[in-house]
Amino acid sequence: MNELVFFINNVVIAGSVTGAIYAIGAIGVTLVFSIMRFAHFAHADIMTFGAFMVLVLTTAFPSVGMSIGVPTALVMLPVAMVITACLAVGIDKAFYKPLRAHGVKPIVMVIASLGVTLILQGMIRLFSGTGGQGLYVDDRKAIFRMLPFENVRVPIVITEPQIYLFAITLVAVIALHLFLSRSRLGKAMRAMSDNPELAQASGINTNTIVAVTWVIAGGLAAIAGTLLSLDVTFKPDLSFFLLLPIFAAAIVGGVGHPFGAVAGGFVVAFAETLAVFNWGVFLRPFRDSLPTWLELPSNLAFVGTEYKIVVPFFILVAILIWRPTGIFKGKVI
Amino acid sequence: MPLIEARDVYGGYGSMNILNGVNMALEAHEVGVIVGPNGAGKSTLLKAIFGLLHVNQGDILLNGAPIQNLPTNQLVERGMGFVPQEKNVFPSLTVQENLEMGAFLKPQNVKRMLGQVYEFFPPLQEKRHQPAGELSGGQRQMVAMGRALMAEPSLLLLDEPTAGLSPLYMNEIFDRVKHINAAGVGILMVEQNAKQALAIADKGFVLAAGQNRFTDTGAALLADPDVAKSFLGG
Amino acid sequence: MADNNYTPQDATPKTSSLPLRELCLFGALLIAIAGVYAMMGAAYSTRMLVEAACYAILALGLTIQWGYAGQFNAGVMGFVALGGVSAMLFSVPVNEAFWGSELPAELGKVLLYAIGATLLVVAATKLNRLGVPKRVRTVFAVVLAIVLYMVVISLLRDVTAEIESQAGFIGGLGLPPWTGWIVGGALAGVVGYFIGNVCLGLRSDYLAIATLGIAEIIKAFLKNSDWLTRGTATVSPLPWPTPGPETLGFTLSRAIYLSLTAVIIAAIFFLLHRAYHAPWGRMIRAIRDNEVSAAAMGKDINKRRLEIFVLGCILMGVGGGILASFNSLFDPNGYLPLNHTFLVLVMVILGGPGNNLGTIFGAVAVYIIWIMSEPLALYLMDLAVAFGAFAFDWQAPSTIDSRALQARVMVIGILVTLVLRFAPKGLLPEHIKQHD
Repeated sequence: MNELVFFINNVVIAGSVTGAIYAIGAIGVTLVFSIMRFAHFAHADIMTFGAFMVLVLTTAFPSVGMSIGVPTALVMLPVAMVITACLAVGIDKAFYKPLRAHGVKPIVMVIASLGVTLILQGMIRLFSGTGGQGLYVDDRKAIFRMLPFENVRVPIVITEPQIYLFAITLVAVIALHLFLSRSRLGKAMRAMSDNPELAQASGINTNTIVAVTWVIAGGLAAIAGTLLSLDVTFKPDLSFFLLLPIFAAAIVGGVGHPFGAVAGGFVVAFAETLAVFNWGVFLRPFRDSLPTWLELPSNLAFVGTEYKIVVPFFILVAILIWRPTGIFKGKVI
Repeated sequence: MPLIEARDVYGGYGSMNILNGVNMALEAHEVGVIVGPNGAGKSTLLKAIFGLLHVNQGDILLNGAPIQNLPTNQLVERGMGFVPQEKNVFPSLTVQENLEMGAFLKPQNVKRMLGQVYEFFPPLQEKRHQPAGELSGGQRQMVAMGRALMAEPSLLLLDEPTAGLSPLYMNEIFDRVKHINAAGVGILMVEQNAKQALAIADKGFVLAAGQNRFTDTGAALLADPDVAKSFLGG
Repeated sequence: MADNNYTPQDATPKTSSLPLRELCLFGALLIAIAGVYAMMGAAYSTRMLVEAACYAILALGLTIQWGYAGQFNAGVMGFVALGGVSAMLFSVPVNEAFWGSELPAELGKVLLYAIGATLLVVAATKLNRLGVPKRVRTVFAVVLAIVLYMVVISLLRDVTAEIESQAGFIGGLGLPPWTGWIVGGALAGVVGYFIGNVCLGLRSDYLAIATLGIAEIIKAFLKNSDWLTRGTATVSPLPWPTPGPETLGFTLSRAIYLSLTAVIIAAIFFLLHRAYHAPWGRMIRAIRDNEVSAAAMGKDINKRRLEIFVLGCILMGVGGGILASFNSLFDPNGYLPLNHTFLVLVMVILGGPGNNLGTIFGAVAVYIIWIMSEPLALYLMDLAVAFGAFAFDWQAPSTIDSRALQARVMVIGILVTLVLRFAPKGLLPEHIKQHD
């Protein structure tokens, strides 16, 4: 049973945590893609920016959370979401809108978003330095240990931020669903993603929709970045390592399909954790009963953790070869 | 004062003119039909009126006020509705959501107008929770027209509403157009089925090479041997 | 559309008139180079020029992908690193500690196992021809592939661990560096073929995502395969194909290396120029400018696209090899997206995508600015720190120097966005010619 607990800790919990983060990131990418039709490479850095804002605010007012009993970082999250949403809208106004007005090809927008990536990266590192920093400044990270089975030495471990992470992810996804299916602006967003010309002919102000999209994408990016930094630490240089799994998740889920992106996020995350999991653990109990010529190597993982990035790439290539529209049939090939 | 009027309009894509001095005028509550050979600029004229195309010269007046080159959402606000020929629904939205998008600028209208549109197009009511992309061509055309009606336009522009439809649906659509007009909406449409369209038209405009060739009532154009010979296939 | 509104008069060739723009820009570049020589000394400046020349090769690779064909490669770094590792493996002296042991045989055995395993899996996928139901075959093949992969990877892990503990790394082949450059180009071409095959039929964004990913993977592999590359321990010195500084001194030896790279660039330039004006080049540009009509004319679009993408990758591989040999150091951690992808991108879009001369101009000009911006950024930061300490009693963090260098990241980003907006065709735009 120790092995099962080990599996739960290293695959089920770790995979769900990463999956939730990828999912929220991928929703933002897929929304931007469906409204503006380009792969927004600066998304991972907007995530980092959001987390950095939380870090700054938490450092400035470290004891706010104590009075209400939640980590200060979470109290600051809504503020950071607003700031990040403003940043996203501002970036669009300054960099993407003029290019859109010129009617450039989507790939030029991609390059522009890479330029924005560099600007954000430089800015964040200029102020934060390049090292990692914890978002728990004055608070204590609570860790829960559970012993669900008898005769088991290892507990199932789940930390406080992970519980918040699942709750926030759930709330965010449900809120987005309600927004897209019930609200006038949400429906208009879906309409614009379906057929931008007709949306315009219906009197929908496409500039408003674009701005709303950026607000949502920015807010979600702040959530994703903060949750990631809460779970581990704030690192300014995650950008390119986050981009690949997030894009893979968006494409797996079918681009332009927010709930596909959620599924894609979990698919990619579980593929990653399963690939780096040492399957030798499950064979260990049988070690004594195995014939002597079959000597088990100590490490039976598919890829080492240092090659984790291979997994989303492999998934990306596989989906592009066999089903470029994604598992839920996205709109864009 | 005419509901919609085009005075000597030149326009097209870039610096190339497709419209070379078109004139037309339509009174309120009238049905106007634009016919002519392929490439005459029929759809182009419609797009120019709806601000989807740059007007290089001339005036387009809605209720006497110039509207050329205004953004489309302002034209919708001023009471114009446009139904494109192709891609005229939001395929992943349900029928009802499609219709709601039509009233995007007038959200207070939604309830009342939904009832009215379902009255015009009864088949839509039972399919209202189905994605529009799953409907047949004729039903999509109904969704498209319904969507445009949601904003309570005083003028409805239809770009070849019967293109690609079976004769059964074609008659149905012409019938609906008459009904909508009877409810007080002015209609300007481009049609390939010239005879059928002119039969319900108060005014007809025969375009060729981006200019008016004949302008008269629908009945008079149908009776005109010149028009019949050159444009209506004998 | 803004970029389509040139009139036919503009489109006629202007080659007969004096290329004033080119002359002015290159004149300014010469003055800048002379200035660097005067300030920083000949040895330093010649090194800068050689590096700029290597970057020019990379930029030519990117300009044919982006400028000729509209393909955006966001992973130049990966192809450069492949060239670098190949140059290292071919030119570094033979490691007797490895070859003298039984380890090469062990490694060979693992390689044979890997080939055997691949054949077995391929055979398993054909089992349906023997009457095995397709579903059973698929399950069997997948399970077999997983098990065999585990076996081979475990064996490989054992052998590579042995190599690392006994011999350090496998060492080089002791061959002349140019063999490594050629193989590096080929290696980059093979990887480019694989990526291009997957992505070129799809939206152009997907190519950018995939190349970005493969670059990070190549870097991760080179960084962690200590048995092959010594990983973060780095390999140096890499021999030069030309006489080294120990015999001729820095300036002269570097000047000879520079002339070597200049000859290579001239050869590439000449060949590209020929290809650009040949039917092949016209076809490539026709596809870029109007895919639909090019396809309607019966041109095999994806094949042509793949050709151009692979060609660009090969150039990047070769350039990466030459660069690594010149630096005389192979350090997988030294490959950064900023230095080896985005800097090259700026060179191309600033110089003029699709214009080889403009690209070379962009490469040299941007590299000079880049190199000179390092002391400038540090100086400005020092100034800011001194001001802060003086005016606000501000204690600067100790990492201030590394942060100053981050400011350059920002400058590159701003440059990219500004050029895209205000000079989308670069300083030396591609000559649009009327084809008759």
